[in-house]
Amino acid sequence: MSTSELLSVIEADGTAPGYDPGLSKAELIHLYRTMLLTRAFDEACINLQRSGQIGFSIPNRGIEATSIGAASAFRKDDWFFPSYRDFGLPLYHGVEVVDMMHNMYGNALDTSKGRQMPVHFSFSEPIKLVSISSPIGTHIIQAVGAAYAFQQRGEDKVCLASFGDGGTSSLGFHSALNFAGVWKAPVVFLCQNNGYAISCPSEQQTASESYAIKGEAYGVPGIKVDGNDVFAVRQAFTEAVERARKGDGPTLIECVTFRMGGHSTADDPTKYVPAEIMAAWAKRDPIEILERALLKSKVLTKKKIESLRKEVAKEVQAASKVAAGTPPPALEQVFTDVYEELPDHIRRQGERSFDLAKRKGDANAGDGEFPL
Amino acid sequence: MANITLIKAVNEGLRTAMQKDPTVLCFGEDVGPKGGVFLATENLTSEFGESRCFDTPLSEDGIVGSAIGMAMNGLRPVAEIQFQDFIYPAFDQIVSEAAKMRYRSGGQYTVPMVIRTPYGGGIRGGLYHSQSGEAYFCHTPGLKVVIPSTPHDAKGLLIASIQDPDPVLFMEPKALYRSIKGEVPEGEYTVDLSTLRSVKEGEDVTVFCYGAMVPIVEKAAKVAAEKNIDVNIVDLRTLLPLDEEGVLEHAKRTGRVVIVHEAPRFCGYGSEVSAMIAENVIEYMEAPIKRVTGFDTPFPNTLEHHYMPDDRRVLDAIEEVYAY
Repeated sequence: MSTSELLSVIEADGTAPGYDPGLSKAELIHLYRTMLLTRAFDEACINLQRSGQIGFSIPNRGIEATSIGAASAFRKDDWFFPSYRDFGLPLYHGVEVVDMMHNMYGNALDTSKGRQMPVHFSFSEPIKLVSISSPIGTHIIQAVGAAYAFQQRGEDKVCLASFGDGGTSSLGFHSALNFAGVWKAPVVFLCQNNGYAISCPSEQQTASESYAIKGEAYGVPGIKVDGNDVFAVRQAFTEAVERARKGDGPTLIECVTFRMGGHSTADDPTKYVPAEIMAAWAKRDPIEILERALLKSKVLTKKKIESLRKEVAKEVQAASKVAAGTPPPALEQVFTDVYEELPDHIRRQGERSFDLAKRKGDANAGDGEFPL
Repeated sequence: MANITLIKAVNEGLRTAMQKDPTVLCFGEDVGPKGGVFLATENLTSEFGESRCFDTPLSEDGIVGSAIGMAMNGLRPVAEIQFQDFIYPAFDQIVSEAAKMRYRSGGQYTVPMVIRTPYGGGIRGGLYHSQSGEAYFCHTPGLKVVIPSTPHDAKGLLIASIQDPDPVLFMEPKALYRSIKGEVPEGEYTVDLSTLRSVKEGEDVTVFCYGAMVPIVEKAAKVAAEKNIDVNIVDLRTLLPLDEEGVLEHAKRTGRVVIVHEAPRFCGYGSEVSAMIAENVIEYMEAPIKRVTGFDTPFPNTLEHHYMPDDRRVLDAIEEVYAY
């Protein structure tokens, strides 16, 4: 494995010579099903945004193998600091679709209590998936601090920090790689090189020959992987997670993939992504690649695939129905969780605002169209 | 009780907190074996080991960002920023991350962290070793901002900050590090994080101040007393959240108010205190509310004594408000 040669496992005919994913049949089906579920959830969110039911989403099409292949190499008691384009990660580890849907609606059952935009998930069960931030790169160094805490307590847990190609230009990336290298912190860095940071292509982001090579300057091994080949991603992460768990330090893994959609539901990628590039990547759909491998190895049949597709569609539909029927958060939620204890000045501001709402009615919610 | 300097009280506060709670750790630039450039962490590495008091790479963003991760994951980090002037690369981590984590995660993730940093002038440190940036941080819901002015408060407020469940910016008046001494109890004690300190009771003019300005106001009050002006001095000490009721009580008591801080005036902390008094108890005011502050210029080096509020300027404002 290297910083320049692309690691891939699944060949065009669906074979994966010499590769053992180390997963049972049921686990392989879970891996595949999570990819389908992620795709279904992603498509549903885009449709919900288009039909005006939710305000915003982040297309995940094309990234499924990267997120889920990485997730599959971690234990449930590890900590995850995801990017906003990582729908598959919580789903792989058992976060319910409906709990993610509550966040998309920002309703009373959203773990963030309607305080964040859609897609900014936060979960503490069944996995520690630390609240997602919008500013780019800030979480990467936090993952290193959380990893230091594991190290300090002598625990064999590992942190994942996931970010896009644009994230490698951020201050947090530099601080994180530097600190993790010095501390030999148990953390694995996932750079999803999906071609574009909103509209800016990689050549505007870096003059390095790859993103993986950036690790070298920090004394952190870098690996470049085919991000649409879930087995290749899993292989690279399995080795990196093991290294981290043993106390051998961090790894930077660049997953080369492609964002098969806009940056967000408010973005039109046809303005800046050449159609031929999109068409070329469409032939390398990560779900189809795994499907070929699992059909070849007889883990899946066409019939099973059909039934799984129906199953996940139903699951997503049911989840969005429940979330849509859940009321918005109570007004009090504007004022709680600022501090553990509610300070007097915030309490007074809240009381005055409730009183005004009683006397003059609630504030107008407006249409709140998001431009980015 | 021991009669010690403010910097020694900080050191004692850290030691006491580290002895009691094994999850407390101190780190930053030159914080380890050297003990910090001001010696706040002196001897802590030898006493508690390198995994609990240590040096980091030279990166404020890295120091605060990693402290946030540690705090979310069960530790109680006390990060040092060598000079408050150097904190701005970490502004994003403090303002957008530490201060908002509890809110945005619905209470799932919290950041019980302290950032200690020396602030203020008086050491001929020029533009970048002298600033008082408290107002930037007091504008941040979710953050607490604390500034002690005595050795007793430095230790008691620091221990309270370390034990607090929310992130605290603990700004230490470096001009007072070694220039004042005071009685400090042995062992653990805390000073409540939302209380004022009445420095000196008086009936004529109330002066609100904090940090390195407190001894300057005391000096001005002594001269004022010779002129039969009885000054009421209040140390705000926990700037966020502030004991607002306490402020209003003191303002009402004298009906004449001066607010003193070293930071620039425009949108400075004094603006908030002044507005609070005007909005709530203006009917008690017998004179306009006056502010004595640093100028709205960058902090100069050679002429820093002209920039910083001193007893002359404070006395002048007291006399003006008293005579109105």
